[in-house]
Amino acid sequence: MSVLVYAESEKGQLKKIALELASFGRAIADQLNTDLIAITVNCDNNELLGNYGVNEILTSSHPEEFNAQQYAAIVKDAAQKKDAKVIAVSSSADSRYLAPLAAVELNAGYVTNVVEAPLSTTPFHVKRSVFTNKAFGISELNTDVKMVGLSKNAFGMHENPTTPTVTEFSPTVNNSSMEIASVDKANDQVTIADAEIVVSGGRGLKGPENWHLIEDLASTLGAATACSKPVSDMGWRPHSEHVGQTGKPVASNLYIAVGVSGAIQHLAGINASKVKVVINSDPEAPFFKAADYGIVGDAFEVVPKMIEKLKSFQAENT
Amino acid sequence: MKILVCISHVPDTTSKINFVENNTQFDTQGVQYIINPNDEFGLTRAMWFKEKEGATVDVINVGGPATESTLRKALAIGADNAIRIHTEALDATQVAKEIVAVIQENGYDLIIAGRESIDYNGGMVPGMIAALTGMNYLNNCIRLEIEGQNATAVREMDGGKETVTTPLPLVIGAQKGLVEESDLRIPNMRGIMMARKKPLSVLEPQHGDAQVQTIAYEKPAPKGAVKLVEPENIDQLISLLHNEAKVI
Ligand SMILES: Cc1cc2nc3c(=O)[nH]c(=O)nc-3n(C[C@H](O)[C@H](O)[C@H](O)COP(=O)(O)OP(=O)(O)OC[C@H]3O[C@@H](n4cnc5c(N)ncnc54)[C@H](O)[C@@H]3O)c2cc1C
Repeated sequence: MSVLVYAESEKGQLKKIALELASFGRAIADQLNTDLIAITVNCDNNELLGNYGVNEILTSSHPEEFNAQQYAAIVKDAAQKKDAKVIAVSSSADSRYLAPLAAVELNAGYVTNVVEAPLSTTPFHVKRSVFTNKAFGISELNTDVKMVGLSKNAFGMHENPTTPTVTEFSPTVNNSSMEIASVDKANDQVTIADAEIVVSGGRGLKGPENWHLIEDLASTLGAATACSKPVSDMGWRPHSEHVGQTGKPVASNLYIAVGVSGAIQHLAGINASKVKVVINSDPEAPFFKAADYGIVGDAFEVVPKMIEKLKSFQAENT
Repeated sequence: MKILVCISHVPDTTSKINFVENNTQFDTQGVQYIINPNDEFGLTRAMWFKEKEGATVDVINVGGPATESTLRKALAIGADNAIRIHTEALDATQVAKEIVAVIQENGYDLIIAGRESIDYNGGMVPGMIAALTGMNYLNNCIRLEIEGQNATAVREMDGGKETVTTPLPLVIGAQKGLVEESDLRIPNMRGIMMARKKPLSVLEPQHGDAQVQTIAYEKPAPKGAVKLVEPENIDQLISLLHNEAKVI
């Protein structure tokens, strides 16, 4: 038996969440006293997984483009070949897309949004977040093969050097009748899913013409930009930036909210972030109850000053 | 074209989340229920296919009698028929298998489910339906056009989007963006009256085995108070973020 992780890469390079997932997989493999296997597709830097406790890497060089059904088949083949009893995936959009398909094929019980290593392995108990971060559930998986989806930024990266073997893997992949017509992906932008820092703007910014404040603060910090629901509903910002219970979830290290009141639906979606900072002119804004740090002040004065101070801080610290 | 929209009956987004029976059951007291927002985006898109292209739209829920008010709301918005599978499912696999039994019985060209429900956040029912029926599947769907037996659909990815073409039948995981917020409908009096006369059939379940059982719930630990920094003192905030929080 073994533990298997699907380690995602982008343009041939492992994603950070893949390294976090490997660390998580290592912890489970230790609990079960077994090997950790990783499956990768079109990945050029497989060896990096050796820093995070992977014993063996299976790597496939097809298909060229992501297709959930085909990738699910690859994960399933790898799991069967290696007799994996636990399969772990990340919570990226692609992994969440393919995982239920693989779970059905493997007849595996599957739990998403897992926030720590299993509480026990017999019985197999995991803790997961539910009600959009408003609570946790302890779930028991009673299938022979188990699948767990790790919440982003919940486990962290833990170095654990190994010297993994890398084996070419040629899974059976059926043709798909779903074809990709086009892909539209900004290359240089930090995405909300991958960002360590997210800077978010709300209705307090008054209009789209003021978004340079959010963008400048974000670019100073190497952060992704986000917004509240009304801001995207009014078309000030694209839907893809809407975060919260009905938008994207955020689980960054640092979340900075500017001119966001902190409605329950907004907070639910961003609560998994480690550190929250709020800048709001209203001391009664509910966000202050959810934040770690706060400034009661006018965003139009505070944000430019903050950018300036951050720049001098960065100049001193590099 | 026959469309099936899967409707999850979920607590209103402002609900207080509490648990009873030794923290093993969600406390439904005083909780208002709504159509899961992601499902509502999907239902609204289905209404467009009904009105513009003459599609029939069935809605389905796997749940107890309490969910019928939510199904009636979907009928009031404009769905033609409602189906309730009479069982309290324990996990996503059970839900998916119950829905698949109905799909196999009735036959549909398009199955719409929300990307995830806002209660248990599993995000797996649409994918499981696709895998169990062998249909093509597109998650995080933000656009869907259908011509004859073919669909063009857009999936939101991390940091971008992708357009795909696929033959029907198709399963999608709907989410915000599939329709505009302003397209969402509040049922009017006429819709509500009509919904009372529309068929709502209650079917007996398949009773498949659950693979996952949630045995207990916990609330997050209470959070410490916010540390306030004066607007004149941004250096202090930067120092706290650097030295104390260690996030910059
Ligand atoms: C079913 C449902 C789902 C929802 N889902 C989401 C969701 O996923 N995400 C989400 O964000 N919302 C969601 N909402 C909406 C939510 O309830 C709030 O309406 C929304 O989050 C408020 O957005 P806001 O904070 O930008 O605006 P407001 O609530 O209007 O807050 C603006 C804030 O800016 C402050 N401000 C004003 N001027 C300044 C200034 N010069 N400097 C600094 N601060 C200033 C104000 O004090 C105020 O606190 C949902 C609502 C419903 C009903």
